[in-house]
Amino acid sequence: MAVYSPAAAGADARRVVLSTTGRSRERTPASVVFVALLWLSLLVGFATLVALLLDTFVDGFARLDGRLFTEFPSSRAPEAGARPAILGSLWVVGTTAVLAIPLGVAGAIYLEEFSDRRRWLNRVVEINISNLSAVPAIIYGMLALGVLALLGVGQKNIVIGGALALAMLILPVILISTREALRAVPRELRDGSLAIGATPLQTTWRITLPAALPGVATGTILGLSRALGEAAPLLLLGGLVFLSFDPNGLLSQFTTMPIQIFDWTSRPQAEFHELAAAASILLMGIVVLMNGAAIYIRNRYQKRW
Amino acid sequence: MTTEPTIHDAIEVELAHQPRSHREVGQTATPVIECTDVSVWYGAYQAVRKVTLPLGHNEITALIGPSGCGKSTILRSLNRMNDLIPGARVDGTITYWGQDMYAGGVDPIEVRRRIGMVFQKPNPFPKSIYDNVAYGPRVTGMKVDDLDAHVERALTRAALWDEVKDKLKQSAYSLSGGQQQRLCIARTIAVEPDVILMDEPCASLDPIATLRIEELMAELRDLYTIVIVTHNMQQAARIADRTAFFTAAIDPQTGERHGELVEFDRTSTIFENPADSRTEGYVSGRFG
Repeated sequence: MAVYSPAAAGADARRVVLSTTGRSRERTPASVVFVALLWLSLLVGFATLVALLLDTFVDGFARLDGRLFTEFPSSRAPEAGARPAILGSLWVVGTTAVLAIPLGVAGAIYLEEFSDRRRWLNRVVEINISNLSAVPAIIYGMLALGVLALLGVGQKNIVIGGALALAMLILPVILISTREALRAVPRELRDGSLAIGATPLQTTWRITLPAALPGVATGTILGLSRALGEAAPLLLLGGLVFLSFDPNGLLSQFTTMPIQIFDWTSRPQAEFHELAAAASILLMGIVVLMNGAAIYIRNRYQKRW
Repeated sequence: MTTEPTIHDAIEVELAHQPRSHREVGQTATPVIECTDVSVWYGAYQAVRKVTLPLGHNEITALIGPSGCGKSTILRSLNRMNDLIPGARVDGTITYWGQDMYAGGVDPIEVRRRIGMVFQKPNPFPKSIYDNVAYGPRVTGMKVDDLDAHVERALTRAALWDEVKDKLKQSAYSLSGGQQQRLCIARTIAVEPDVILMDEPCASLDPIATLRIEELMAELRDLYTIVIVTHNMQQAARIADRTAFFTAAIDPQTGERHGELVEFDRTSTIFENPADSRTEGYVSGRFG
């Protein structure tokens, strides 16, 4: 058996010498400058965020106490709290979830599983859903205002009105993320179910949707956390009010945390600015938790087909 | 120089000891499914033209031929899976026990329940092994006295019971590729079909897993009618009672490629004494 031997094969004749001049084209001045610029861009964004967070924390940390949760708003800052705003946010976002999740998921299932994409109407709908997510939030406030006026509702600042605006706002987010989750489920799984004699509806309900559920949950949570931080459409409905009672139903008047923060920030006294900062910390904390949950669900239940 | 025996040698030894499950069948079959002048269209494109092919009761029929010859297309039209592709259309008649399965009023769900399908890539559901097999009886509303016993019977028939009986509640994804494919066969058997269509069921499996599926098919032949699409000519020669050879022909007028059936006969005839020179060229490895 021939044993490979470089010397025997006359490798000397074919030897290649690597230059050792010390220059590396992986690190030319141009590439160093370029990488530095990339870092700088990242630094600007990151530093701004850190400064904002630090400033908010320094201002508001002292006021992040029990009173923030238990007290009603007051013209005297030391006695003021965000209790109705916190409860109002829960009411409005909860109602938004109830309205938006079934509609968004059902719409996505229709478009992804049942619609005939060759029909022009379905194509028009598809294109417009992407456009919807770019519509400014305040437009949805105007839409909700219009709907309530049509229904002859006098008091526009009610939980169901705000939830209607926010549900329309996040509907495209839920729709698009649900569609992507459904699309990620392999064709073969549907075929396997249909080839056994399951109906398309059974296949969607028992195979496709459960497989897509982590993606649906992730998109839904991200949509709801956007609704939680939104103020513009609710301001349009008249959400900037001084409430001395807890919201207690769909027709109850309400205010939400972003609106409360907006209200306190616009007052001259420094104590109110501290309150606004404290409420901001709370709001950011909730949003971070929700987004964290979304990331956790995505990673934990990610399917490898 | 001597070498250690490798896994490949082990496989060859095992394959060499396998008796051919091939058997001689009569000149004509009792057809369960009969295609007459079947053409399949995708929009304006005719993928397969004028196929006439009977599929014999309790026989294994292999569909062979080069890529793009339309053998998978024909297979998918045998249980109306092609209905699910927008724009797909079937011309000609396909009968199931003499009944036109594309006639108005025939429920494609009913057709697919009686004519099951196993796919190229094992596609178990993201559920437990048990739930994969129980899925069919549950969704089709089958009257099953004892679901546990029913699941056991299906898994036993698919030669998988002994390997999974202690882990029925585990995910189907914990199984190997070959086991997953046998699970998919068990899942199909569980709704008690009459015909099982297999679309290159061993394409993603190693030789030993392939062997087990082939043995399984030979056992199932007595209970079901099996139609298998395969790229592996040896596989067709080993297991099929009859073989249909398809090829892709270019239309001289339009320049489009259409699949067509060249020859259909007993497997021994197709491989040893084919009537058409194209068949002979393909099975002897001269093209394709």
